[in-house]
Amino acid sequence: MSAISDETEQSFRLSMLLYDTRYRSLTIQVIASIVIMLSLSWLVWNTIQNLQSLGKDFNFGFLTQRAGYDINQRLVEYSSESTHGRAALVGILNTILVAVLGCALATVLGVIAGVLRLSKNWIVARLMGVYVEAFRNVPLLLWILLIFAIMSESMPQPRDFREGGDASMLFGSIAITNRGIYIPTLEWGAGSNILVAVFIASIGGIWAFRRYARKRQEATGEILPVLWVSLGLLILPSALFYFILGRPVSVLYPELGGFNFSGGVHLRNSLIALWLALSLYTGAFIAEIVRGGILAISKGQTEAAFALGLRPGRTMRLVILPQALRVIIPPLISQYLNLTKNSSLAIAVGYMDVRSTLGGITINQTGRELEGMLLLGGFYLVLSLVISGAMNVYNSSVKLKER
Amino acid sequence: MSETHANTVSFVRDTMLPEQEPPVTERGVVKWVRENLFSGWLNSILTLLSLLAVWQILGHILPWFVNSVWSASSLTECRQIRDQVLGSDASSACFAVISDRWQQMLFGFYPNDAYWRPVLALILFGAAIAPVLFMSVPRKLLAFTAAYPFVMYALLWGGTIWGPLMVAAGFGIGYVALGLAGRAAGTLVGILAAVASAVIWWLFLAGPVAGVLASALPIGLEPVPSDDFGGFMLSFIIGITGIILSLPLGILLALGRQSNLFIINKFSVIFIEVIRGVPLIVWLFTASLLLNYFLPPGTNFDLMLRVIIMVTLFASAYIAEVVRGGLAALPRGQYEAADSLGLDYWKAQRLIIMPQALKISIPGIVNTFIGLFKDTTLVVFIGLLDPIGLTNSIRASTDWNGIYWELFVFVGLMFFVCCYGMSRYSQHLERKLRTDHR
Repeated sequence: MSAISDETEQSFRLSMLLYDTRYRSLTIQVIASIVIMLSLSWLVWNTIQNLQSLGKDFNFGFLTQRAGYDINQRLVEYSSESTHGRAALVGILNTILVAVLGCALATVLGVIAGVLRLSKNWIVARLMGVYVEAFRNVPLLLWILLIFAIMSESMPQPRDFREGGDASMLFGSIAITNRGIYIPTLEWGAGSNILVAVFIASIGGIWAFRRYARKRQEATGEILPVLWVSLGLLILPSALFYFILGRPVSVLYPELGGFNFSGGVHLRNSLIALWLALSLYTGAFIAEIVRGGILAISKGQTEAAFALGLRPGRTMRLVILPQALRVIIPPLISQYLNLTKNSSLAIAVGYMDVRSTLGGITINQTGRELEGMLLLGGFYLVLSLVISGAMNVYNSSVKLKER
Repeated sequence: MSETHANTVSFVRDTMLPEQEPPVTERGVVKWVRENLFSGWLNSILTLLSLLAVWQILGHILPWFVNSVWSASSLTECRQIRDQVLGSDASSACFAVISDRWQQMLFGFYPNDAYWRPVLALILFGAAIAPVLFMSVPRKLLAFTAAYPFVMYALLWGGTIWGPLMVAAGFGIGYVALGLAGRAAGTLVGILAAVASAVIWWLFLAGPVAGVLASALPIGLEPVPSDDFGGFMLSFIIGITGIILSLPLGILLALGRQSNLFIINKFSVIFIEVIRGVPLIVWLFTASLLLNYFLPPGTNFDLMLRVIIMVTLFASAYIAEVVRGGLAALPRGQYEAADSLGLDYWKAQRLIIMPQALKISIPGIVNTFIGLFKDTTLVVFIGLLDPIGLTNSIRASTDWNGIYWELFVFVGLMFFVCCYGMSRYSQHLERKLRTDHR
C-alpha cells in the first residue's frame, strides 16, 4: 500500500487516480476486482491441492453409476438398479411435489387466516392471532417433528381397523394410521383416455363460455347464467361418456389385508408431516402478508363499495382483494421461495427429497462431496430463480397500469 | 302554530325525568356479545365453530397439563405416580423430565462447575446491548459493547486471555493505521492501510505474541472445547453472534448492490442471490463437508466457528435485501440534500441515509433476526447438540425413552418467549422512532 502513496507523491497523473472523482471509482473497482480474483483463485487453488492430496478427481461420472439403494416414495420408475442420476431425479420430483402441495395449502390457510384475523368477530380474530404468533415464533423443525410424532404416536395402528377394532375409516374410504394415510385412488381402464380428453375439452368449453358471457355482458348488459352452464358443462359430457364407454374409470379403495392396507394411495407420515408443517408455518406468514395487504387499502374503497350496495363478502372479493393483491404478491413470492427451500428439512422425518438422495445417500456412497453439493446447490438456485421469475411475470401482469 | 299547540296540549311536563338505563340488549356484556360474536348468521357460525375448537383443544390439553408430574427420575416412575394418584387412564404430562434434565437442556455438556461462565456472559450481554437498545443508558457503556465479543469468547471457551486480547489489538492497530495513513494520504489509502496492517497482525504476529505473553503471564480460565457446548446456550451463542456480525455485513452488501461501481455491484448481486437461493441446511452441510477443501491443506477449524460463519453470511444476504428496500424507499431528495451539503459518500451514508433507511427497515431486520434465531435449530443436522438435538439424546436414555410432548412443549415455549419478545421490542422501536407526527 505504501508503494501507491509514494508514487502518488511523485507524480500528479497517478495521484489523480485517488483524488479525482472521475478516476477514483475506477481505482476502487480495479482494487476490488483484484482482491476478489485473488481470493477466488486462492480458494480454487486450495481445492485443487486438497483434491490432489486426497487422490480424487472432479467429474460427474458417478451420476451414471448404479445407485444400489431404495427410495420408498417415487413419482417415476426407480429401483435400486437405477443410476445415481435417476435417484437424484426422483429426489427432485419429491422436492417439487412437497413444495407444490405446500404452497397450495399454505396460500389457502394464509388467506383464510389473514382475512379472519381482521374479522369483527372477537373470538375468531383472537384465535387467528394465536395461530399466527404460535407458528411464527417457534422453529419450523419443531413443528415438523411434532406433527410427525402426532402422526406416528397418536394414530391407530392398521390392525385396529379390523372387525371389532377401535378405529374406523373416514367416510369408509380414508384410513388414518400410524404408518400414514391411505386414500382411494382411481383405476384407469380401457377407453379412459377418451374420457380424459372429453373432460379437458369441457373445461376448455367452460373457459370459452365464460369469455363469451363476459363479452356479451360488456356489450349488451345481459347477464348469462354462468354458474349453471359451467356446472352442466363440467359434469354432463363427462358423465355421458363415462356410461357410453362402459365405466372405464373405477375407484380403488384401500383395503386391510394381512398387517397393512393395500390398494389406494399411501401418503407416508414423512410426507404428511412435512406438508402440514410447511403449510401451517408458511400459512402464518402469508396470513400476516394478507392482513397487511388488506389494511393497506384505503377505507374509502370499502365505503364506496358499500355505497354501491355491495354486501361485505362481495366487497372483499370484488373490490378489496384485487387491489390488495398488488401489495401481497411480492412478499408472497418470497414466502413460496422460503417454503421450497425449507422443504430441505425433510431430512428430519426421512422424506426422500433431493437433499436426501443426491445430497445424502449418493454423497455418502460415492464420496463425491464437492460435485454432489455443487449439483444440489445449483438445483435449489435454479428452482428459486424459476419461481421468482414466474411470479414476477404474474406480478407485473396485475400491477397497477399507469398511463 | 303556538295557538294550536296551546289548545291541543292540556298538560306539559315541567320537570326532567331521570336518565334511564339503556335496555339490557344495548349495554354491557350482552351488547358486546351481540355485536362482537353474534352480529349475523355467518358470525354466529364462526363463533360457535371457534368455541368448539377451543373446547376441543383445551379439553385435551388442560387435564394433561394440570395433572402433570414434576418430580420423578424416569418415565416409568412418572407413570407409577400417575397411576397411584389419578388412576391409569388419566392423561398426565410428565414434566419431571424437564426438572431432571433442565441443566442439560440449557447448557448441553458444558462442565457443571463452570455454569457461572455462560450465565455471566449472558448477563454481560445484557449490559453490552443496553446502550444500543435504549437511549437512556449512558453512552460511555458503548466502549464495553465494543469489548464484549472478546470478553464473551474468553468467558465461554476459556483458555488464556491473551488470544482474544491480541485479536482485539488487531482492531486497535488498524485504527491507528487508519488515523496515520488517512492523515498522510487520504481516506481511501487510510482504509487500505488499516485493513492491510490488521490482517498482517492477525496472520503473522498475533499468534506468536499471544504465545509469548501467555507463557510469561499465564492468566485464563479452564478451556472448554466446542463439543461440550449445547442446548439453548448454543442457540444463543450462534444466534447472537450471527445477528451482531450479519448486520454490518448486510449493510455493506446493500450499499454494494446500490452502488454505481459495476464490479462491486455485480459481485454483491451474485453473492446475495446465490446465498439466498440455496437453503441454509445445504450451506451448513457445505460448511461441515466441504470447507476443508477450500482452505489450505491441513487447516482444521472448529465446527461451531464454521457454523457461525455460514449463518452470518446467510443472514447478511437477507439483511442486505431488507436494507436495500429501506434505501430504495428514501426519497431522492435526501440523497441530493446530502450532496448539496458537500458530505462525502461515507459521511452522507452515516449521517443522513442510513439512519432513515434503517428506521424504515426495522421490521424486516427484526424478522430476519427472528428467522436466524429459529434457524439455529438446524445445526442438529451436522451433529451439534442444539435443544432439539438434546431432546433426541434425552430420549435415547432408558429412563426417558418414549417421551415426546413435554420436551417439545419446553423447547417450543423457550423459542416462543425469545422470538415473541424480539418482535414486541421491534414494535416498540417503531413507535419510538416514528417521526411523522400523526
